[in-house]
Amino acid sequence: MVETNNLNESAREEKKTTINLDPTISSMAASGGESTSDPSAAEVIFDVEKLDAFYGDFKALSNVSLQVYKSQVTAFIGPSGCGKSTFLRCFNRMNDLIEGARVEGTIKYRGADLYDEEVDPVEVRRRIGMVFQKPNPFPKSIFENVAYGPRLSGVKKSKLAETVEKSLRRSALWDEVKDRLSASAYGLSGGQQQRLCIARAIAVQPDVVLMDEPCSALDPIATARIEELITELKSEYTIVIVTHNMQQAARMSDQTAFFSVALDSHGSRTGELVEFDKTETIFTNPNDSRTEAYITGRVG
Amino acid sequence: MRLASSPADIAIQTAKTRQSLQRRPQADLPGTLFKWLLISFTGFAIAFLGVLVVVMVNDGWSVLSGRLSGFLSNGFSQRSAQDAGVWQGIVGSVQIGIATALFAIPVGIATAIYLVEYATGGWFARAVELNVRNLAGVPSIVYGLLGLTVFVKTLDGFTQGKTVIAGGLTLAAMVLPIIVITSVEALKAVPQGIREAAYGVGATKWEVLSRQILPAAVSTILTGTVLSLARALGEAAPLILVGAATGFISFGDSNFLETFTGPFTALPVLIFNFARQPGEDWSANAAAASVVILILVLMINGAALYFRNRFEKKW
Amino acid sequence: MTTISAEELQTASGRRLRSSLARWMFLLASAITILISGLIIWTIASEAWTFASQVAADQLQTIGWFPRRGMFDIGTLILNSAQIAVVSMIVAVPSGLGAAIYLSEYAHPRVRRIMKPTLELLASVPSVVLGVFAISFITPVVLSKFFDEINFFNKLAAGIGVGLLVIPLIASISEDALRAVPRDLREASAGLGARKATTAIRVVIPAALSGLMAAIIVGFSRAIGETMVVTIASGGGDTSLFETSIKESGGTVTSAMAALGLGTDQVAGNDLAFQSLYFLGALLFIITLVMNMLGNLIVRRMQERY
Repeated sequence: MVETNNLNESAREEKKTTINLDPTISSMAASGGESTSDPSAAEVIFDVEKLDAFYGDFKALSNVSLQVYKSQVTAFIGPSGCGKSTFLRCFNRMNDLIEGARVEGTIKYRGADLYDEEVDPVEVRRRIGMVFQKPNPFPKSIFENVAYGPRLSGVKKSKLAETVEKSLRRSALWDEVKDRLSASAYGLSGGQQQRLCIARAIAVQPDVVLMDEPCSALDPIATARIEELITELKSEYTIVIVTHNMQQAARMSDQTAFFSVALDSHGSRTGELVEFDKTETIFTNPNDSRTEAYITGRVG
Repeated sequence: MRLASSPADIAIQTAKTRQSLQRRPQADLPGTLFKWLLISFTGFAIAFLGVLVVVMVNDGWSVLSGRLSGFLSNGFSQRSAQDAGVWQGIVGSVQIGIATALFAIPVGIATAIYLVEYATGGWFARAVELNVRNLAGVPSIVYGLLGLTVFVKTLDGFTQGKTVIAGGLTLAAMVLPIIVITSVEALKAVPQGIREAAYGVGATKWEVLSRQILPAAVSTILTGTVLSLARALGEAAPLILVGAATGFISFGDSNFLETFTGPFTALPVLIFNFARQPGEDWSANAAAASVVILILVLMINGAALYFRNRFEKKW
Repeated sequence: MTTISAEELQTASGRRLRSSLARWMFLLASAITILISGLIIWTIASEAWTFASQVAADQLQTIGWFPRRGMFDIGTLILNSAQIAVVSMIVAVPSGLGAAIYLSEYAHPRVRRIMKPTLELLASVPSVVLGVFAISFITPVVLSKFFDEINFFNKLAAGIGVGLLVIPLIASISEDALRAVPRDLREASAGLGARKATTAIRVVIPAALSGLMAAIIVGFSRAIGETMVVTIASGGGDTSLFETSIKESGGTVTSAMAALGLGTDQVAGNDLAFQSLYFLGALLFIITLVMNMLGNLIVRRMQERY
């Protein structure tokens, strides 16, 4: 049983998420997540069409097409090395930071081509935030960590404290740190640091939050708290999460995309999208045999 | 090895094994010898520092105990060894140090930033890197040649000839590669995760640099900078070529600012001068001046190392 | 459905401008380092060339180095430089390597924490002080005990002084090389029953060999480039008679340069003497450059391996 996090003020229905101890994944998928009646009727935030991603000559991803919908959790699952993280980082142009990385195809964010020449990646990253696998707080105080982004966006000094408090409350960290905001962020535990990173990401009021295996470096208790947090955040942000943990995807997401490795025409490895559908479908009635093989654990 | 069959045999075998497992210290003579050889070599290096200090203090004792304040405040006087002092050397060294720091630190750190944050992998970056590494190995007197030709003669309008500004530029050129190398290491030590997080929140490159990376690396950069300035403090050869006064100089009536554009000398050059003069009195002066410079250099180094240990970033 | 256009994804122009400006400043700074190299080469090359083209062949092979009399026997200087450098290596290599091996393989962490900063302090002793040390201690106190007749200014003392100067350099590069050897190798050796000395001698040192060689090369290059110790301890006069005995005085390439530099006002009349300063500089620059590039190459290859 997981304790409820008491998030005040927001007029959100407080839903207690229980971790189903029943090992069948299908039952988890059916009960988990707060799905709207038909996910695909919601607004499209990202529209990906025939995307290829390259690191130099190496083709990390081939021909990926899918849509990400507003206020939902979309999960990317699949074995190691199939390009899930690469794909995620295309959404906020983090791959630009890597020498030799490039994409072909289109990603449209609310109708605008993310890789258009006119687009400034800095603004992209403000609207599309990211939480990383290993918690990476700045070597500064807790307050400064969260205040960093808003400062750059021009939030006035007088309003900073308010912004920081709001973000920390939304990430369920406020009560634990409100008395030591000027303490170093490195003094927090792993789980707390990751929640701080989430607070930092949402402090700039993004539209989307991307999460790259946010729980893989955390213990089960911290993981559970973060999963709960994600489920609550989804009403306000669109969330895309990469995860190695199938059960996690089944618990939390509305849509799931399954990636795998394939051999391309030249015989070299590349990542591709095998199947993309409602989470319930993927986990109970997948269309592709490879999906089924992965879900049932027959292949790693 | 024979298979033990009877209880007696077993007992004997056990005893032998136990014995062979205990390697008695005397039996490992070669190993111990080697170890002590290494210790003596290491000790030699450390001991010589001690001997050096003792010898210098001893030789300069008459000066240090007898007329320390006079020694520190007098000028270099060719007339009498008993009147000579290191004041002009100290002033000169401080002035040169300021000039060196002003020229070398900004350029050095900026170059390091370019190499680590901007141009990784490109041909220009690799050329700069290679060039810096080579420059670090160029003997100091060659920098003196550079100083003489370019800073004293060609840039005579800016430096006013053989002045501390020319000396400062010369030593700055010498110290620049070291500052670049230590700053590059400091910047590379900042974990990549911090950069990603800073970019991820929507910051420009300059903002990431100025608000996250530089503040994180600054203590290491500072330590490296101070250490290289301490090294510059001890250099005489380049300054000799650039025209540091090796004879009598006088500041005359010039005020502090004007001394920047007049004849100059530096502490190590003074030591060289003292050492060149015949006679025991001058030798005592040389030794005493050596003690002064040793104290200064060891103080600066000690402070830098202390700060490095205290503010060492633990990621 | 809220759509946006590509042009809307922009950052405030002030922020963008500052970032572009910053980039150009850093680029400029890096260009300065290249400029300095260019200047060094330019200053030396032209005057050195003048010397080389104007000097007569018989001037280069005389009884010694007497620049003001038109005698430029480079061989004298090179021999002296080499002798002093070799002596310095004999002093510095065992001590520097020994200290590095001890610190890396044997020393207790607490010992290391005291010894390492001490070695770094050693490295900051100014060369003039070592020169004074040479003439006030090494020659009168130490060497006079071993030799009945030794010149007050002699190459041996200078060599020892330079050696002491170079110890920390060799120690630090060697220690880096030794520590780069992965722990697994040492553990494998210990697991086979080898004692520490055996592991050190047969496993670690061979593995770090290229790095150790690089340390020696860099140390040698530093010894060749050392000026003040030699000038003070080995007779800094601006003339040198050809002399093979290290008990006698002798000027090196570097001390001859210093001497020429000291008298720059006086040699103005005799042109070739002044240009010889640049010729020596060119020689020194090339020799140390080649050695340092070699050393750097080896160090980089060693880093890539691990």
